[in-house]
Amino acid sequence: MLVVDVCKKLRDFEFAAALEAPCGVTVVVGPSGSGKSTLLRLVAGLLRPDSGSIVLDGRVLADERTFVPPFERNVGMVFQEYALFPHLDVAANVAYGLRARRAAPAEREKLVRRILDRLEIGELRGERVGELSGGQRQRVALARALVIEPAALLLDEPLSALDPLTRARVRDELRAILAGVDVPTLFVTHDQTDRAAFPARVVRIERGRLVAEAS
Amino acid sequence: MIRAATIVASLLLLAFIAIPLAGLFVHLSPAQLGSGLSSPTALTALRLSLFTTAISLVVTLALGTPLAYVLARGEFRGRRLLDAVVDLPIVVPPAVAGLALLLVFGRFGLLGPPLRALGVQLSFTTAAVVMAQVFVASPFYVRAARSGFVAVDRTLEAASATLGMGPLRTFAFITVPLAAPALLGGAVLCWARALGEFGATIMFAGNLAGISQTLPLAVYLNLENGDVTIATAISVLMIAISLATILVVRTYERT
Repeated sequence: MLVVDVCKKLRDFEFAAALEAPCGVTVVVGPSGSGKSTLLRLVAGLLRPDSGSIVLDGRVLADERTFVPPFERNVGMVFQEYALFPHLDVAANVAYGLRARRAAPAEREKLVRRILDRLEIGELRGERVGELSGGQRQRVALARALVIEPAALLLDEPLSALDPLTRARVRDELRAILAGVDVPTLFVTHDQTDRAAFPARVVRIERGRLVAEAS
Repeated sequence: MIRAATIVASLLLLAFIAIPLAGLFVHLSPAQLGSGLSSPTALTALRLSLFTTAISLVVTLALGTPLAYVLARGEFRGRRLLDAVVDLPIVVPPAVAGLALLLVFGRFGLLGPPLRALGVQLSFTTAAVVMAQVFVASPFYVRAARSGFVAVDRTLEAASATLGMGPLRTFAFITVPLAAPALLGGAVLCWARALGEFGATIMFAGNLAGISQTLPLAVYLNLENGDVTIATAISVLMIAISLATILVVRTYERT
């Protein structure tokens, strides 16, 4: 369970939202600039809230006294343009978080192989990320975020960088993958089709305020 | 008409630059070049130049890299002013830089008495050579490194953090490798500028063989003494190094 109740002053308005996300996907919708990415950045620890708290599975990530930095949160994030490391190949991108945890090389290798096979991109392991298609990049980004067994998963418009044709296919694949992910997952999108595709709880953000919606 | 004038103007300037440099090469026979470069003065100066520029490069990398990162990423008041201060030595005449160093670190300078109390004398030593080089050459590295860091996508650093890497390891594994071409180019340019340093060195460190007489100073002294062969031979060597530097920097800029 991810419990967010925070305020953060932004340039145009104040972000003030309370949200409870259980295991499984919660779709976060809203117009661009409404604070969707802000919510993810707050949960990831890339932004510091002005007040309020963020609690994940009983662990306080942020409140008045505590601020756990992003590198100690164990929260996986898939960025909008995927943010793959261009100087590393696919396997090294995916292994990055394991390297951060100082996993032994053999263990690293085993876990990377397992996640690449699970996402059916094992044959890409030696590729430079610059050579990949949009759909492939998205899977690598997902593999990189999942291999560390995060306590929560954040997806920032994971389909928006794709062309319309690829998008429909990747959306189906993503749905299948996320069905097997058993942690609180925030899926941010401004696309109605994406939203309809996920049989999930939907939360709407407008100018930094949350408006609950029925799924 | 305009076309012809453009071509003539371009050729005139190119010839004006190229002919004197080429003249240095044809002035000497290969044998004279060899004897000039193997003369004790030239060898001592070469050794000193390599030694001092290596140290000033290390000092510049160690202190300039954090500074460049702060200038690239920091958001604070006065950053533009700081930027300007860092660039200042590029436009300040080296002789003025040498005088400034002398007035602060010299025996009768601002910090002279406390330094003397500690038994340290800086002016007219090899340390002074290094200080003059760092003063004049480090901005070339800091500028290049700053642009290199600015060009690194901050989202990649954020991604590294969410994957569990702290700031230092993110810097080492993401920022530095991605800025590497700019860092290397800047380091080469900085080293070459330090190697050619003359004005600040002669003001602050003097012109003592084996202590402060670097290659450019040896050119000057040997010409003064009428040893044109040695002066020319060293000059040829320095032009070759400069040319190699430009080619290396161009290669890095392209990647």
